[in-house]
Amino acid sequence: MSIWVNESTKVIIQGITGNQGMFHGEQMIDYGTNLVGGVTPGKGGTEVLGGVPVFDTVAQAVDKTGANASIIYVPPAFAADAIMEAADANIALIICITEGIPVLDMVKVKRYLDGKPVRLIGPNCPGVITPGVAKLGIMPGYIHTPGHVGIVSRSGTLTYEAVHQLTTAGIGQSTAVGIGGDPVNGTDFIDTLKAFNEDPETKAVIMLGEIGGTAEEEAAEWVKANMTKPVIGFIGGQTAPEGKRMGHAGAIISGGKGTASEKIKTLRANGIEVAESPAVIGETLIRVIKDAGIYEECLTGSTVK
Amino acid sequence: MNVHEYQAKELLRSYGVPVPNGIAAFTVEEAVDAAEQLSGPIKVVKAQIHAGGRGKAGGVKLAKSQEEVKEFATELLGKTLVTHQTGPEGKVVQRLLVEEGCAIDKEYYLGIVLDRVTGRVVIMGSSEGGMDIEEVAEATPEKIIKEVVDPAVGLQAFQARKLAFAMGVPVKLVNKFVGMVTKLYTFFVEKDCSIAEINPLVTTKDGDVVALDAKLNFDSNALYRHADIVALRDETEEDPREVEASKSDLNYIALDGNIGCLVNGAGLAMATMDIIKHFSGDPANFLDVGGGATKEKVTEAFKLILSDDNVKGIFVNIFGGIMKCDVIAEGIVAATKEVGLELPLVVRLEGTNVDAGKQILKDSGLAITAATSMADGAEKIAALVK
Repeated sequence: MSIWVNESTKVIIQGITGNQGMFHGEQMIDYGTNLVGGVTPGKGGTEVLGGVPVFDTVAQAVDKTGANASIIYVPPAFAADAIMEAADANIALIICITEGIPVLDMVKVKRYLDGKPVRLIGPNCPGVITPGVAKLGIMPGYIHTPGHVGIVSRSGTLTYEAVHQLTTAGIGQSTAVGIGGDPVNGTDFIDTLKAFNEDPETKAVIMLGEIGGTAEEEAAEWVKANMTKPVIGFIGGQTAPEGKRMGHAGAIISGGKGTASEKIKTLRANGIEVAESPAVIGETLIRVIKDAGIYEECLTGSTVK
Repeated sequence: MNVHEYQAKELLRSYGVPVPNGIAAFTVEEAVDAAEQLSGPIKVVKAQIHAGGRGKAGGVKLAKSQEEVKEFATELLGKTLVTHQTGPEGKVVQRLLVEEGCAIDKEYYLGIVLDRVTGRVVIMGSSEGGMDIEEVAEATPEKIIKEVVDPAVGLQAFQARKLAFAMGVPVKLVNKFVGMVTKLYTFFVEKDCSIAEINPLVTTKDGDVVALDAKLNFDSNALYRHADIVALRDETEEDPREVEASKSDLNYIALDGNIGCLVNGAGLAMATMDIIKHFSGDPANFLDVGGGATKEKVTEAFKLILSDDNVKGIFVNIFGGIMKCDVIAEGIVAATKEVGLELPLVVRLEGTNVDAGKQILKDSGLAITAATSMADGAEKIAALVK
């Protein structure tokens, strides 16, 4: 009941011996994630976190553990290299948490990934979680509940807010994907919506966007043309001033383009309900799934297929 | 990060991009000296501020004599320029650029930017030089020509030629134009620019291609590898509170409302501003304390918010995931005591150890209004500052 992350996901952490890698590695194990190894150049042959083997290169880690996913916690100056190393080792799912990577590094990375059978999530994202199965990221695991609503978002804490609203209302989640707040990233809204559309366990989707760029507009058009499941949205930054980066490198209104009002208008024009405020994201979804007659099957613990 | 035009031109000159001869001046005397060192009958005196639209606002003057240079420098230095990019409060001119005049034949536009849709660098050219490129894009999009660069091989000469011919650059000057575009692209990539805009790029009556103006913006994520660019930062052009925030590693943007906001995470921080507005309040700032906020960081954040005299109340909205709510609550209590907060404070805590966190706030004896949700908190603070 998920996309991209499931029971057969075998994870390594790049940068496992750093503060972030150790801290979140432990949290991931506690959640039940199948963490099979880690990579820190120069520390190969050691073990951390009660028996997780450390390797010098991603290729060695894949060879010895059969890992098919990697999560990257290395500092921004080395993150682009880490992503390319994972891709070179044919890691199918690469998740980059690192914030602050130079954008031209990401331009090169994106070109390097072209045509390779790998998926990059992020950078500058909270990661991906399939509740009850595996957590590949920095999100607090306990707020999630297994279920049938997919979430795709450019923001971390706002995703937690939405998940919390759903869980409190008895609505579980299939998978929550943070695509990140950078202007150049790997997986986008459309890739994720496509996967949710094809996932039989996902019944409805929440899309959390924000100011900057046109990804939400393109996604809205894709939804209208292709999506067979209800989608609701929220756009952050309705009160953001022009020309200022609002925390995320990608969250900027430039030349009057990328405003929240423009995005909300496009979403609505394409039949997507937009939550009026961040406090009613959960309520808006519930109203829409009730209208679609799928509320009962979205309730936590529901076995309706 | 932005730099001044004179700094941008010095950088471009070092990469071989042709720019007019010019000298920066901080005083009237320096401006007059600069003009004496330059040749040609006409000198251009240009106000240096981090905003476009200077020409229309009277910040660019043509001087035909030394007396006029002196007159214009006296007039411009210390003057507040209001352009469409400065906001109504304008910006005070503290630096000038004195340049040799240039016998312009025709004006063009040349810009290099990052295209988010393709994830690549795009070169844009137009025959409509000297105009606001956003207006050209709106009115006559066909007059903007774009070449997307493959980062594996970089900008190719044929792409620069395609631009030149489509823009109508005179055939005799195409090679010079290609040279300029190639050098500008090299600069863009080597120095991690996010915008490099030459508007106008001009062809001269002497048969040269010259960057008459230059606007550069650098990717702040990449500044760690460009100490030479960081050295050009002019903090007087930035909001003083934003400068202070960047020193404490806080993401802060000043706004003009009266409700200070302290939030963890950029997305939630934006959403918090939105919900305050939703309840007819007015946010005074965007502030993301980040994922690992400590007591010290929360204290710095409070001080920053309170340094804005417009602030009449504070809303703290924290979704503690990895951060524990009890730790944050202790930070809030300590910070409140340290800064001697007297304004209304509404705190919404959610997440790990939330009950312990709420208890700490309650036991503190401070006048903190607890909120049960984001909406509840926004509604309460909006009512309290009314």
